Amino acid sequence: MKPLLGYRKPAPGSQPRHLSPPYVSSIKRAPKLPLIGIPVTLSEISGPSFPKEIVSPNAFDLTRQHKAEPLGERIAVTGRVLDEDGKPIRNTLIEIWQANAAGRYLHKNDQHDAPLDPNFTGEGRTFTDEDGRYRFVTIRPGAYPWKNHFNAWRPQHIHFSLFGPAFATRLVTQMYFPGDPLLEFDPIFHSVPDEAARRRMIASFDWLSTEPDLSLGFRFDIFLRGRNATPMER
Amino acid sequence: MPGHSTPSQTVGPFFSIGMDKLNRANIAEGSSGERMHIHGRILDGDGQPVPDAVLEIWQADAEGRYHHPEHSGTTDATPFFGFGRVPTGESGCFSFSTIKPGPVPGPDGKPNAPHLEISIFMRGLLQRLITRLYFPDEPLNAADAVLLAVPESRRATLIARKAQPQENSLEWDVCLQGKDETVFFDC
Repeated sequence: MKPLLGYRKPAPGSQPRHLSPPYVSSIKRAPKLPLIGIPVTLSEISGPSFPKEIVSPNAFDLTRQHKAEPLGERIAVTGRVLDEDGKPIRNTLIEIWQANAAGRYLHKNDQHDAPLDPNFTGEGRTFTDEDGRYRFVTIRPGAYPWKNHFNAWRPQHIHFSLFGPAFATRLVTQMYFPGDPLLEFDPIFHSVPDEAARRRMIASFDWLSTEPDLSLGFRFDIFLRGRNATPMER
Repeated sequence: MPGHSTPSQTVGPFFSIGMDKLNRANIAEGSSGERMHIHGRILDGDGQPVPDAVLEIWQADAEGRYHHPEHSGTTDATPFFGFGRVPTGESGCFSFSTIKPGPVPGPDGKPNAPHLEISIFMRGLLQRLITRLYFPDEPLNAADAVLLAVPESRRATLIARKAQPQENSLEWDVCLQGKDETVFFDC
């Protein structure tokens, strides 16, 4: 049997540490013992696939899932899903979820005293196309307070969940907005030590996907782990 | 650029809004094989149950084949096959049912012991945790390349226990910290 090619390790500092004490919830939940490195096996270089039917035609448009439009600033979020070599990741599922324009999630555990919007659920789903492109239409989520520390506020963000081609490429991340003054104070954003890596989580304002008289455009390209070219490469 | 993937961030407390639609507690539905019912709890560093986590499972079929093009001999990926997603409930409990996978060819040509690949996500975890569930009384466990990479004293955290009273019922707890901290992998 020919040697299996695994996926590259992240560059130092480019991924968050499990234990990041300023993010208080990590203290009792991050493992204390070091992770154990394992040989490349089929289990990590294979992964699930999903039928197209799980994405309904309006799942990409979070502003058209109810009787009327949600309140808030209408935006389009577009981008490509690529591997680290710039190769498009085709037909891969993306799930997103977010707060409404007032900074409130449609969730029983969200106790923030801000109004729910009867026209906004905050969930979206799509597949990338043959070029790895995707597009969501939504409203800009509000910032909201949380209990991490005194006067803690999460910057505006959209949660992204991606599978990619293999178990090893699974990624859950958050997309932030350019120029958000709260980023500087956010322990979740700052759990990633490397500044250039943190910037990869911030979308850019994009004239090209901004539609006149309709919606602002933001571009968010997502990079999944690249594949090793040789079996021994780490 | 090599090594420059987008950073991971936590799923946070409200992931069910976006992730519930893919929940699947009956894995490999309609497929032949030995049916197993697996349940357990996730516990934090204080031994407190974690009620806001979600587990994802990835596994081979009863013949030890992954339904994925990477596994030679498998021509087509079968949508959903081998994928599960289950959230924990109020008491930190989760459960799912599946078939016991067959042995998959291992890195050294020797078969891997049957196992489930598992990702765990929750508020407080900035990256998913990766672990494996192995089966009790499985002779192949003794030669499994991944189990052998784990110090012997910690291997038991990866092997489910037979649970009463149901036949084919297994129990597997995940301890995030403490003396029985589950083994988590870097892959």
